[in-house]
Amino acid sequence: MNKGKVWKYGDDVNTDVIFPGKYTYNLMEPAEMARHALEDLDPSFAKNVKSGDVIVAGKNFGCGSSREQAAASLKYAGVQAVVAKSFARIYFRNAINLGLPVLQCPEAVDNVNTGDEMEIDFARGEIKTGKGVYKFPPLPDSVIGILEAGGLIEYTKKKLEETRK
Amino acid sequence: MGKTFSEKILGLKAGKEVVAGEVVTVAPDYILSHDNASAIIQEFKKFGIKDVRAPEKIVIVLDHIVPAADEKYAQNHKIIREFVAEQKIPNFFDINCGVCHQVFSERGFALPGKLIVGSDSHTPSYGAFGAFSAGIGRTEAASVWATDEIWLRVPETIRIEIDGRLPRGVYAKDVILKIIGDGGSDIADYKAVEFAGKAAKKFSLASRFVLANMSAEMGAKNGYFEPDEETLAWLKGRARATFEVIKSDPDAEYKSILNYDISDLAPQLACPHTVDNVKPVTEVEGKKFHQGVIGTCTNGRLEDLEVAAKIFKGKKVHPGVRVLVLPASWEVYREALKKGTLAVLAEAGCVILNPGCGPCLGAHEGILAPGEIALSTSNRNFKGRMGSRDSEIYLASPATVAASSLAGKITDPRKYT
Repeated sequence: MNKGKVWKYGDDVNTDVIFPGKYTYNLMEPAEMARHALEDLDPSFAKNVKSGDVIVAGKNFGCGSSREQAAASLKYAGVQAVVAKSFARIYFRNAINLGLPVLQCPEAVDNVNTGDEMEIDFARGEIKTGKGVYKFPPLPDSVIGILEAGGLIEYTKKKLEETRK
Repeated sequence: MGKTFSEKILGLKAGKEVVAGEVVTVAPDYILSHDNASAIIQEFKKFGIKDVRAPEKIVIVLDHIVPAADEKYAQNHKIIREFVAEQKIPNFFDINCGVCHQVFSERGFALPGKLIVGSDSHTPSYGAFGAFSAGIGRTEAASVWATDEIWLRVPETIRIEIDGRLPRGVYAKDVILKIIGDGGSDIADYKAVEFAGKAAKKFSLASRFVLANMSAEMGAKNGYFEPDEETLAWLKGRARATFEVIKSDPDAEYKSILNYDISDLAPQLACPHTVDNVKPVTEVEGKKFHQGVIGTCTNGRLEDLEVAAKIFKGKKVHPGVRVLVLPASWEVYREALKKGTLAVLAEAGCVILNPGCGPCLGAHEGILAPGEIALSTSNRNFKGRMGSRDSEIYLASPATVAASSLAGKITDPRKYT
């Protein structure tokens, strides 16, 4: 169970403000990518984010491009999870594939503010804040295996090894 | 109960009956990628295997930053070319072809009844030809290269019935902007969108492409038009493989059905900074801007360039505006060259760029400075997308961009058509 500080944003946070297109083909190193996370939405984020912090947002988080850096840059910045009212489809897949938990929990979103502390209990499917405990629905079976393996690369690696045996 | 197109094709690929909501593991017919193939290669190498599973299914088109704008981009392209040679990937299209979605279609990969995934969010474009196509990320693309399979959730379908007749000066782009403005950028999140109705059936394939391409801006997994005679005629001589037309059953179950009569539709504009912030052009008329962009995978086909050329013919771009023209592919470029369309645009003072993504994603060829405003036929107007985070982007049809570029301010194109 991890505690982290909340960074709260609104609806429709798109991939371009999470990770600008001008960097997508020339920034490849994790630390560099982390330095530009959320650059066009909140320039103070990358400088101040701490490992274990949580991004909380409204509906349709991650809409727009298929660029995976929009998930990777947050993970590399130390974000432990994104809690939102809903996620754009490709973003959801990318986050899972990189091992960044994406949790749908509108109730928690409505009840926290930037700077609040948040604790996520993945095993129990619970989000705890100073104001209450909020349940989030378990992720689909198809994606739990990928998250448990630590992302799609490890998951596929294992699968490839099994087929070779 | 009948089935939708998406249920039928995913069921066929999975080898069982499926309904919306189920998750299936399937082998796609094609996997598209572009300049981000270099990042996919980097991920692929982590698997510890030597060869891709099915090289003939991989299609790579260099389009995002072509020709390479600096050494890093050049290195990316080099990595891709070397990998293509080493893996014997037969379907590689270098910098002289065009935007991946246009090239993929022109070269006959976008076929009815094919299952296509692509590491680009506008992969749903191929629904214009009756294919099932969805965007994925680069790690996922690497995994598909290695395993030849992917998990997909069978989507629910929203059917959009478009009836009536397009008024003069109003185009497919206005129709899709209106739909996105009404429904919002997540109206179709995780869902399929099927475009139907009498007016939709009359749309040219280039116009259908505009709608399928921009279904991504409604959050859709895939867009779809039922193939008809026009589709089959266009595919003749282009199709790379045999194919089977798959259609929704008449009694298929839809999540919702939306009805549009476009007979009274006015030209539309997506205002900064979201694609669903849509207003009629008349409400924003008079707004000055600095850069017009005509082209990209959304509106860079011959019919788009011809609409613009008709408006520009014999006139000059306003001195306060610069106009960039990006044909969607070199096939389009050559046709427009032969027909004299490019000559009209060049004589009007437009800058004709090479086919490619250009400034659409803010990487090169026309970046915006702080305080600058673009009026573009592309598909996204997110903050900072075309350059500075203090710039703005308005999205519109080629006619609106052309008319406005003559006037030096946002202008209703019906005055010029």
